Amino acid sequence: MSYAGWILLTGALVGISCGLTGVLLILRKMAMMADAISHTVLLGIVAAYLVSSSLDGGSMLIGAMLAGLLTAWLVQWFESSGINTDAAIGVVFTTLFSIGVILISTSVGNVHLDVNHALMGEISFIPWNVIELPLIGPVPSATLLLLIVTIIVALVILLFFKEWKITTFDPALAASLGFPVLLMHYVFMTLVSVTTVAAFDAVGAIMVVAMLITPAASANLWTDRLSHMFLLSALFGVASSSMGYVVAIWLNTSISGSMAFSTGLIFLISYFFAPKHGQIAKRVYKTNEI
Amino acid sequence: MTGLLSSSNFQWVLTSAVLLGMAAGMVGTMANLRKQGLMSDAISHAALPGVILAFLISGEKQLPVLITGAAISGLIAAFFIQSIKRTTRIKEDAAMGIILSVFFGGGIMLLSIANRVGGGSQSGLDRFIFGQAASMVRMDAYIMGALAVVVMLLIFVSFKEWKVVLFDPRHAKMMGIPVRLYSSLYTLLLVLVIVIGIQAVGVILMAAMLIIPAISSRYWTHSLFTVFVLSAVFGGVSGGIGTLISSSGSNLPTGPFIVVTSSLIFLLSLFFGTKKGLLFRGEKLHANRRYLKQGGDHK
Repeated sequence: MSYAGWILLTGALVGISCGLTGVLLILRKMAMMADAISHTVLLGIVAAYLVSSSLDGGSMLIGAMLAGLLTAWLVQWFESSGINTDAAIGVVFTTLFSIGVILISTSVGNVHLDVNHALMGEISFIPWNVIELPLIGPVPSATLLLLIVTIIVALVILLFFKEWKITTFDPALAASLGFPVLLMHYVFMTLVSVTTVAAFDAVGAIMVVAMLITPAASANLWTDRLSHMFLLSALFGVASSSMGYVVAIWLNTSISGSMAFSTGLIFLISYFFAPKHGQIAKRVYKTNEI
Repeated sequence: MTGLLSSSNFQWVLTSAVLLGMAAGMVGTMANLRKQGLMSDAISHAALPGVILAFLISGEKQLPVLITGAAISGLIAAFFIQSIKRTTRIKEDAAMGIILSVFFGGGIMLLSIANRVGGGSQSGLDRFIFGQAASMVRMDAYIMGALAVVVMLLIFVSFKEWKVVLFDPRHAKMMGIPVRLYSSLYTLLLVLVIVIGIQAVGVILMAAMLIIPAISSRYWTHSLFTVFVLSAVFGGVSGGIGTLISSSGSNLPTGPFIVVTSSLIFLLSLFFGTKKGLLFRGEKLHANRRYLKQGGDHK
């Protein structure tokens, strides 16, 4: 496949995996938790690097998962000790992120890990870093990792669709029916961290937040059905990553920045034109009712 | 290190970092009472495109110009978050996430354009992401310190009014306090303290300077005034120590060191705080149990 082809495919996979996870984030009112995890994943990656002194996908994923779970657990602990959610999230992620940055700027130094890379991603280098697969041939390793993660995310959501639905919309009812609400919470946090770390290499920490939250929030304005929201959100994710790539090439600027910005454009369109929950539709409804 | 301490430029930078930490601690206390800690995170990320755009338009790296740009885009971001929250069914935290990431994405786009247009010498703009207090010139330190003092004065002068407005806006209205004016002033103070801080601390970690000292001080006292004073002290100490550490080595970013210092203060407060700390609470629980075991009667 061509260079641009690989980048578009990688971007699309980021769009799908983040889009699917994002729907649950929005509906569970945990959008800022994604922001937190996308920052703390950095510490997980640095720690994994310090322990295993390699940057292969496996150890990175494990480090990121642990960092994500640690974040979720710490936030919950602080919350239960009486700090409001906002502040709890704020303390945890800024601290863990700072430790990550300090570790990078002092000990790990110039060894392939640098902070700008982690924040902004380097999607333009992805096609160069390939591994050979039997039958298929050379595939960029980041793309392969994203593909695996996207499949896992899609499977976990599809297999437990009913469980997600009930624990998201009515956790109290779910608990009284015997669904493991807390377990689902931690499974979900793991899912978010895994998605984040896979997308990390491609678009960087901050852009992951854009991809997780914005397409799902846009989809939320278009539909009231959960299944439709999943599909739309993934679609918006793919659309904004492709659009972002085209714009970035046109303006000769950062690809990941432009992808994040494109999610905003799609949100802007949804804000005004979405049927039923868009601003224009709302006006029309109002006048019709009168 | 001693050479560094005696340099008058560095003394100014250090002083202004302490003042900034104090101002941020005080404004953070207000933000925390309004449960808006993460709002400051959104605003500081959203300040990035303003900084870069101001540079691209003016063509120079003058701090006042960059700060103005940052303030404008921060205010626009705050306005967008409020209107998304008000007019759609999207919740505030999602609205913050959208604005934060989209604005930051735009900022990164502009940054890579600025780096290309301005040649290789624009590394100065990169420091707005993680902060580099050591690279500040004396004029920057003056501006930062002066504005921080203004912020603190504005809070102190009408402390009584702030108190009522923060705890009971309805009662404040009845008393004839212009609540809307104070609300706007609060947003202005928040944006102001964020934009003067981003050069030293960076847009990503600025929120920590507001959030962490404010919640640490809650463990030590129940009086609002003392909370403000303590947050200012904690913020000032973290600002000073973080700046010292980061200036002692080459190329150490300032923001992370300030944050880690203030997190240590937070951990100390969490365990040893005399009013809400975990040890204190455990002791109280223990005393209660003992009291109940004895049959609950006073003797």
